[in-house]
Amino acid sequence: MGRITLQGVRKAFGSHTVIHGADLDIADGSFVVFVGPSGCGKTTLLRLIAGLEDVTDGRILIDGSNVVGVAAAKRGLSMVFQSYALYPHMSVRGNIGFGLKMAGVARPEINRKVEAAAATLNLTPYLDRKPRELSGGQRQRVAIGRAIVREPKAFLFDEPLSNLDAALRVQMRLEITTLQKQLATTAIYVTHDQVEAMTMADRIVVLNAGRIEQFGSPLELYDRPDNLFVAGFIGSPRMNFIGKEMAKRYGAPTIGIRPEHLRAARDGEGWQGVVSVAEHLGSDTFLHVDVPEIGRLTARSVGELGLTTGDRVRLSPDPARIHRFDADGRAIRS
Amino acid sequence: MARRVSPARICVSTAAAWLVGFAIFFPILWMVLASFKTELEAFSTPPSFLFFHWTLENYATVQQRSDYLQHAFNSVVVAGGSTLIAMLIAIPAAWSMAFAPSKRTKDTLLWMLSTKMMPPVGVLVPIYLLYRTFGLLDTLGGLVLVLCLGNLPIVVWMLFTYFKEIPKDILEAARMDGATVGRELIYVLTPMAVPGIASTLLLNVILAWNEAFWTLNLSSSEAAPLTVFIASYSSPEGLFWARLSAASTLAIAPILVLGWFSQRQLVRGLTFGAVK
Repeated sequence: MGRITLQGVRKAFGSHTVIHGADLDIADGSFVVFVGPSGCGKTTLLRLIAGLEDVTDGRILIDGSNVVGVAAAKRGLSMVFQSYALYPHMSVRGNIGFGLKMAGVARPEINRKVEAAAATLNLTPYLDRKPRELSGGQRQRVAIGRAIVREPKAFLFDEPLSNLDAALRVQMRLEITTLQKQLATTAIYVTHDQVEAMTMADRIVVLNAGRIEQFGSPLELYDRPDNLFVAGFIGSPRMNFIGKEMAKRYGAPTIGIRPEHLRAARDGEGWQGVVSVAEHLGSDTFLHVDVPEIGRLTARSVGELGLTTGDRVRLSPDPARIHRFDADGRAIRS
Repeated sequence: MARRVSPARICVSTAAAWLVGFAIFFPILWMVLASFKTELEAFSTPPSFLFFHWTLENYATVQQRSDYLQHAFNSVVVAGGSTLIAMLIAIPAAWSMAFAPSKRTKDTLLWMLSTKMMPPVGVLVPIYLLYRTFGLLDTLGGLVLVLCLGNLPIVVWMLFTYFKEIPKDILEAARMDGATVGRELIYVLTPMAVPGIASTLLLNVILAWNEAFWTLNLSSSEAAPLTVFIASYSSPEGLFWARLSAASTLAIAPILVLGWFSQRQLVRGLTFGAVK
């Protein structure tokens, strides 16, 4: 079991509040990603759950019991750190088995579990090596092995892939997701990369300046963002925001349209503009278009349109996909 | 890209390095040579470098006149004792400063270091009077205490910078792995900090062994370490260079041997943090 509930959790460092009363209910076995720009408090929130920071106010419940004031060691959670944080003087075997050793598990049992974890993570040939003799990806696996071997109530991941190169990151992303589904253990994963968040999560928590902006499934956040921040943060390239007169026509101070919902064509209906930059990705083309009286808009088209800088283009928004926001930036649901 | 260095340049820098090294070492060499000369030859001009009448006479005189072993024993007690106590105080202090710093930690560290900037002679009189009042003059305990306090700032600073280099994440990982503070210390921190603790210990032993100001002023016979032993050859009966050299050679021999065998540790300890 690993249900984690946050009730009015607040954290302040001196007079500076970094988490303003977070309420959250993380279901057992789910994969939840905390995402947000740097400094939004996502790592702090994770560390509060881990017990590495003290809560200023509020309650954290793990399987119904309040763990505020309970030492990190006693919460039954395990954590994978951004820097891996392996014990440099211990072998891979020692690193993975350390938690079990601390729990007083008998040596043959430790060996059995360590070897099983190593087999799952393809680490068997490296069991007697020291961390310094491993590559980045292997070190990351050892850190994950250390976390899974203890059979914790939940895994906490603090930006575990940010030190890996792009190709390895994609591979490890998949491995972590598969492993979590296999083990069916609750996981909380912190990242600033919204692609990681969208691809890995069952549910995403979007944080901004110490506040939870929205908690929902990846597609909920994409299709029905609660506010301007979430709308702008989720999705790449980011949503186009249009204000002034054009927005008023749609009955809102601000409207938002995702680049993929703006159809670009050489002629026909829609707003007329001039291509400022065209980014050709092969499968897609991103057009950055200057539209008079609206500003710069980004449109995403599948395949090649043959448009280039300086070309005239027409952009027509999909009316069903226009997001409307009130003066406070909150979504207007109709 | 690495800089290309011409062979001629390598030759010149190697020669220069040897020259500087020799210049630094020369006084020690000269002292050792002088200890094997007669008093007359030790004075002679032009000085003889290697071709003189080699004699052990000075060592015999020195041993006869004063008890080398007693002084050496005192040095061992003073250097070892002050180092041990300093380490016992400094390890937990540096530990808490590195891993649980408060708002005043930086100020405390700077204040501690500032005490090393004050000339010791400035507090000689008050300390002397205190020692006299408490009966600490010419006692091993008194010397251990003063050297321990004198070297404590350096020991705390060295250990602090060393502990600072240990990533906090690793300690937190141990905590997440279920380690209590005690087990975190035994299984994770100490094994990682051993090289730093060892080099600090060594440096402190050397500093305490060589310390002359307090040992000369606060001891005379009973507790006198080797520094007092050397100094005793430079005053009342005039200067006897050969004997003085013999006494000095005897005094520095143990620390020279220790330094030779531990030079790798020492260099690592002193440059830790500066070079990765």
